[in-house]
Amino acid sequence: MSAPVVQKPSTPPAASASASAVPDRGVSPWRDAWQRLRRNHLAVFGGAVLITLSLLCVIGPWFSPYGYEQTDLYNTFSPPSFKHWLGTDQLGRDLLTRLLFGGRISLMVGLVATFVALTIGVVYGAISGYAGGKTDRVMMRIVDILYALPFTIFVILLMVFFGRNLLLLFVAIGAVEWLTMARIVRGQIMSIKRMDYIEAARSLGLGTPRIIFRHMIPNILGPIIVYTTLTIPGVMLLEAFLSFLGLGVQPPMSSWGVLIKDGAERMEEYPWMLIFPGTIFSLTLFSLNFLGDGLRDALDVRAAKD
Amino acid sequence: MFRFIARRLLETIPVLLIIVTATFFMVRFVPGGPFDNEKATTPEIRANLEAYYGLNLPLHQQYLNYLKAVVLHGDLGRSTKYASRTVNEIIADKLPASLQLGSLALLIALVLGLTAGVVAAVNRNTKIDYFTSTFSMVGICVPTFVLGPVLVLIFAIKLGWFNASGWYEWQDRILPSLTLGIVYAASIARLTRGGMLEVLNQDYIRTARAKGASEARIIFRHALRGGLLPVVSFLGPAIAGILTGSFVIETIFQIPGLGREFVNSAFNRDYTLVLGTVILYAVLIIGLNLVVDVVQVWLNPKLKFE
Repeated sequence: MSAPVVQKPSTPPAASASASAVPDRGVSPWRDAWQRLRRNHLAVFGGAVLITLSLLCVIGPWFSPYGYEQTDLYNTFSPPSFKHWLGTDQLGRDLLTRLLFGGRISLMVGLVATFVALTIGVVYGAISGYAGGKTDRVMMRIVDILYALPFTIFVILLMVFFGRNLLLLFVAIGAVEWLTMARIVRGQIMSIKRMDYIEAARSLGLGTPRIIFRHMIPNILGPIIVYTTLTIPGVMLLEAFLSFLGLGVQPPMSSWGVLIKDGAERMEEYPWMLIFPGTIFSLTLFSLNFLGDGLRDALDVRAAKD
Repeated sequence: MFRFIARRLLETIPVLLIIVTATFFMVRFVPGGPFDNEKATTPEIRANLEAYYGLNLPLHQQYLNYLKAVVLHGDLGRSTKYASRTVNEIIADKLPASLQLGSLALLIALVLGLTAGVVAAVNRNTKIDYFTSTFSMVGICVPTFVLGPVLVLIFAIKLGWFNASGWYEWQDRILPSLTLGIVYAASIARLTRGGMLEVLNQDYIRTARAKGASEARIIFRHALRGGLLPVVSFLGPAIAGILTGSFVIETIFQIPGLGREFVNSAFNRDYTLVLGTVILYAVLIIGLNLVVDVVQVWLNPKLKFE
């Protein structure tokens, strides 16, 4: 899941570097960053954990003898055993299966909602930065104001009122998390706006959208990738937060937030119901943060830390 | 500075108006009304109830009446769920617990975070630094709704030091505020460390050293002021986060606070209570953000009140 994020961008610039007939020693910036990232053990660890977890979540449920909603009322709250590796819950559902299945949902929410945030943030920031002047001032002032709003509250209201469906969850979370991305993209766009190749593109008569999306965005992919990686944990946290309040993913569906909620309610007698989902969720956030930090150092993104 | 504050206050007015309007109409247009859950309301009773709350008037008239009451009298109306109580009463009743929780959490976050950050920066790249940094990463990645139950499990259930829930004695304050504070303490520690490291390399610190100032004086008198800047700019989002984060904490620890009341009011379609709490949270968040901005400029001579 995270592997393509790291590797994909390294192909086109690397290819063009070799095409420009520079003999051996030429190292493209992407390859350089990739090598720096590989030396960062924590980031590599984070990446490895994420890939493993994602694979487990995607493939695991197929190999499980139990369904995620298959109940077994003779086996409720059974502690971890060979039959149920992580035990069962109040309805006798296999916790491991629910954990992996819930992982699919949580990771999917993380990715889709981040994608929504990414799209809004990049487009908004790019337009604001490229337009400059009054448009820019107004657009950024709006972002400033939105920053100060109690957005979580609106997401809660939306979820309560419009029947808690997954699609709405994606949109609602995405609509909250785009602000930082917009600011970062705007700053980056402003810094390359006056460069010669942009002037050249403009004098060739290219349209504004083409200049922005073909010529500018690819050149600021670094910061975008870094902040995407750092947005995912925030998004997943918000999903779990909503599910914990009973507003996100609804049972019998499972997500890490739902499992943590179930576990927290019964941890006194059945602590494994909280410990396993809690650990996996925290481990995922941990890995994403380390990977994001590593990417930031590797791609040398200097914009304000945190 | 007064012009700055005055201008920001003026800007707040349209923002608040937008929030009130958006919430007002969102609440009205959602499926379901406040009297749907009542057992078998006859049409007559329903009509009476609606007349009592002014819900039978045209929508724009309701909106104007509401605005007039709020702006002129600070009157947030009557709760549609608890007919005998006004929203102002409910807020007055529930807000103190939330405020106490929030300010204690903020205090813990600041004390723990600043100490840890300064200690880590001063002992850079030593075991102390690694220990502190790892610990704060853990703090950032373990969400409150995992940390809270785990703390309860350890300190309340296994060790029996505290009550698992409730809000009666002063001891009951400790676990909830610790849970809420630790996450932000972790972020603040990271920011302080980063900020301090940047400042400690500056020329003026070397000058202070050369003049023979004591290490303590250098750290507290010269470095901390600059090192605090990233922390102060983080306080705005942190305050908003602590306020909304208290929803979860209040649910976990059964605290009779406004956060829990808000989530319930949304479920109950309690129009007036939802609106009242949203307005209150918006005012709180926007107001505290303004304070943060002022402090920020006051600490950093490079910024100006524009």
